[in-house]
Amino acid sequence: MTPALASTGVQAPPARGGAAAGARVGDSPIRPDGTPKVQGRFAFASDLEADSMLWGRTLRSPHPYARVRSVDVGPALAIAGVSCVLSADDVPGASTYGLMALDQPVFARGVVRYTGEPIAALAADHPDTARRALAAIVVDYEPLEPLVDPARSAETPPIHPDGNVFRHIRIEHGDPAATGEVVVEGVYEVGMQDQAFLGPESGLAVPDGEGGVDLWVATQWLHEDRDQVAACLGLPHEQVRLHLGGVGGAFGGREDLSMQVHACLLALHTGRPVKMSYLRDESFVGHVHRHPARMRYRHHATAAGDLVKIEAEVLLDGGAYASSSSAVVSNAARFACGPYRVPNAVVDATVVRTNNPPCGAMRGFGAVQVCFGHESQMDKLAARLAMDPVELRLRNALATGDVLPTGQRVTGAAPVAECIRAAVAHPLPTTSNDGWLDHPGGAGRTAEPPRVRRGVGVAAGLKNVMYSEGFEDDSEARVRLSGGVASVTCAVAEVGQGFVTIASQIARTVLGCDAVVEPAGTVGIDSAGSSSASRQTWMSGGAVLQAARQVAGQVRSALAERLGVVPESLTLTDDGWIVGAADGGAVGALNMTVAEAAGDRVFESTAVHRHRRTYPLGEGGQGDADVSFVFAAHRAVVDVDTDLGLVRVVQVTTGQDVGRMLHPTQVIGQIEGGIAQGVGLAVMEEIVVEDGLVRNPSFTDYLIPTVADTPEVLATCIEEPEPEAPFGAKGAGEPPTISSTAAVAAAIRSATGVDVTRVPVRPWDLI
Amino acid sequence: MTGTTPTPATPAPDADAEAVYQLTVNGTAHRVEGTRPTDSLLHVLRDRLGLPGAKNACEQGECGSCSVLVDEVLVCACLELAEAAVGCEITTVEGLTPVGAEPGDAALTGTVLTDVQQAMIEAGGVQCGFCTPGFVVAIHDLLDRVPDPGPLEVREALAGNLCRCTGYGRILAAIEQVVTVRENGR
Repeated sequence: MTPALASTGVQAPPARGGAAAGARVGDSPIRPDGTPKVQGRFAFASDLEADSMLWGRTLRSPHPYARVRSVDVGPALAIAGVSCVLSADDVPGASTYGLMALDQPVFARGVVRYTGEPIAALAADHPDTARRALAAIVVDYEPLEPLVDPARSAETPPIHPDGNVFRHIRIEHGDPAATGEVVVEGVYEVGMQDQAFLGPESGLAVPDGEGGVDLWVATQWLHEDRDQVAACLGLPHEQVRLHLGGVGGAFGGREDLSMQVHACLLALHTGRPVKMSYLRDESFVGHVHRHPARMRYRHHATAAGDLVKIEAEVLLDGGAYASSSSAVVSNAARFACGPYRVPNAVVDATVVRTNNPPCGAMRGFGAVQVCFGHESQMDKLAARLAMDPVELRLRNALATGDVLPTGQRVTGAAPVAECIRAAVAHPLPTTSNDGWLDHPGGAGRTAEPPRVRRGVGVAAGLKNVMYSEGFEDDSEARVRLSGGVASVTCAVAEVGQGFVTIASQIARTVLGCDAVVEPAGTVGIDSAGSSSASRQTWMSGGAVLQAARQVAGQVRSALAERLGVVPESLTLTDDGWIVGAADGGAVGALNMTVAEAAGDRVFESTAVHRHRRTYPLGEGGQGDADVSFVFAAHRAVVDVDTDLGLVRVVQVTTGQDVGRMLHPTQVIGQIEGGIAQGVGLAVMEEIVVEDGLVRNPSFTDYLIPTVADTPEVLATCIEEPEPEAPFGAKGAGEPPTISSTAAVAAAIRSATGVDVTRVPVRPWDLI
Repeated sequence: MTGTTPTPATPAPDADAEAVYQLTVNGTAHRVEGTRPTDSLLHVLRDRLGLPGAKNACEQGECGSCSVLVDEVLVCACLELAEAAVGCEITTVEGLTPVGAEPGDAALTGTVLTDVQQAMIEAGGVQCGFCTPGFVVAIHDLLDRVPDPGPLEVREALAGNLCRCTGYGRILAAIEQVVTVRENGR
């Protein structure tokens, strides 16, 4: 086989398993969960079972907006094998929940606000029985005129007691009256993308017989789920114990509750374990999606190409319930101007409620949508100035010390120009013509080669790492050194990103021994925060590092005591060794790992990692809202069949700001996977919603990139250590998804001359 | 479930229709009882025979997470009726064995990895892992049929297996690693 299948500009060291020597920070050891995963033995949440287990299912609204006159569960209860049917009257605690606003009912009462809203849940002895029983529940609906156009939300009578506007943010920076010699305007639109994780929403709830419940579940944030579930169950936290079930991907789609409360209610009512596992059609309405966006931009620049002012209006469709909309719109506002020096800016961003499916977190939220807008504008501006688009971006590239439109000064690494230069430095692909799969349309064999046009486009983007605006997303970790092995306890949701690898690398590095990561749960350890916002390497990696260093310090003190010397005569190295201090002294040529020095004693320490304080946006949208920023640039090459409007993305190259790579192979995995999702949003992925109804809730009709659709990826990681980050490492998960979409759109424009103003680009947009 | 008219419940499957048959999975004959004629092979493997390696992600044959071999043909177990596989040799990810081992060799299964499994881990082809068993089965099938596939052959063969995490780059690197090692071993 030729080696051209996929390659990368980063040479990862060869992977080594097991031995501590090759498994430290900066190496690429194998994942600790890799073996069970390749063998099919890894227990995903949908694989769990228990003796005398029942199957739970959810009845959902077929209407986007309707009054619910009555719900008759009697016919379902009459079916043999059905143990219980629950609806709004059966929720003992809080009747609503939510990540930021408690506005979403556990079960609808009196009204349904989106197609797919839960009305009842039941438990039965077999999935088929449960399915038949759902169909037997009689609901009397009075359909109402749904609010489906977000542009009409603000003036439409409220469809929820909390009103139709989730949040409005206005950022005014510099002189709002400033004008440039050159002005370009554009209107842009982003469709609704789905996380499309492969492992369906699943969990197993097991009652403890004393009124409490244990829930094994696929989630992104165990403690937040625990708090929301306990509130709805009306139970104290200690009676609701969450454990991480194997998570089959997340990408933001597991930040909100799905089946958690329903399964626990069913288990507590029946006194039996209850498993719930969505099928794909239910998954498409059972979690939030990426917010569709409408954006209007006006860029002002000097004739020489210096940005003078950016005006932006952003409207996001939040759907029926709040979810994380207020954070998404804040990101959209804060990053609306892109990774550039912009002396004057007016950004007006709003997220509203409609009767469309609820929207919330998806990889790069807020930043992805506006990136398509600001990068389309940069290309438009370059064309107007007759300037090279790369040159225009480099000329305006943000750097450390620059001030963002929020007034926050960037104090950490900001290698924007380096990212752009690295992305465009990779070699362009040759035209291969070595098979029909290489043409747009692939197996359709539709393209006439002379009618295929190639185009190249570039884009850059930025995003925050960690939560913002004053939110304190601390992480706690415990490290225990016993018998020559370190064990790490931390409630991080391992969703596939590889935190378990990173955590064991950190412990090995500090303690010089093998390390294992214990199962994650809410018992006995405090929150690790969410596996979101590219934050776990920094926050929970930081907590593991701190706890491990405390353990190393304990070992040093104990050894010093044993040797009868002061602790200062022993030095802890950065890579897990204890050596005699430089001046020799009483200790002499001592040289052993921390774990060896610990001998058969047990040492343990717990640490909480906190990031620097952030602040809410104040007057004019000003404030130091963020901890840190991460940047990336992408160059895309596409081939377009100009007769049929089909696009093949041939290659995507990137320069990405990573701070420092703790595990090069995993960083590359994030880059390649994130780019695939960005390519998906550019050319194929959209949840089609008509009159509030999702028309394509399946993998037959909602297309995600296959291996035949995915481009060659060449990546350069820019390693400029972030001053405040543990090991200098920024998060790597989101940047690949932010500007890859915009780069593909730009490449399509260059191939076709069509002014692409909407993603995903559809064939009929191009012909 | 819409409207004001009660929807009649679907009749329960006739108890007499419940089937008893044998399936040969990974070299072992299993007696299957109490299933329904409409049960998919995937359901029977996962929920009756305790073999959860094949995953359920789409129920439509679109994602390949449930890839298994039936008489050495790669299929989506979600699209196969279990009863139709009677008399066939069914191989799941749990039954893959390294070269030189006998199928179903208990001493090896579960403790020794195949070259494809090993390469998937080493190359970084595994993230969340939900698609992984399907990929492992499909890659073995490909390389058994075509020992030295070209890039387009690989992409065509694996286009029925969706991965949402990796963007496929490290999976392709794993295949390359296996092909190279096998070539050097010949």
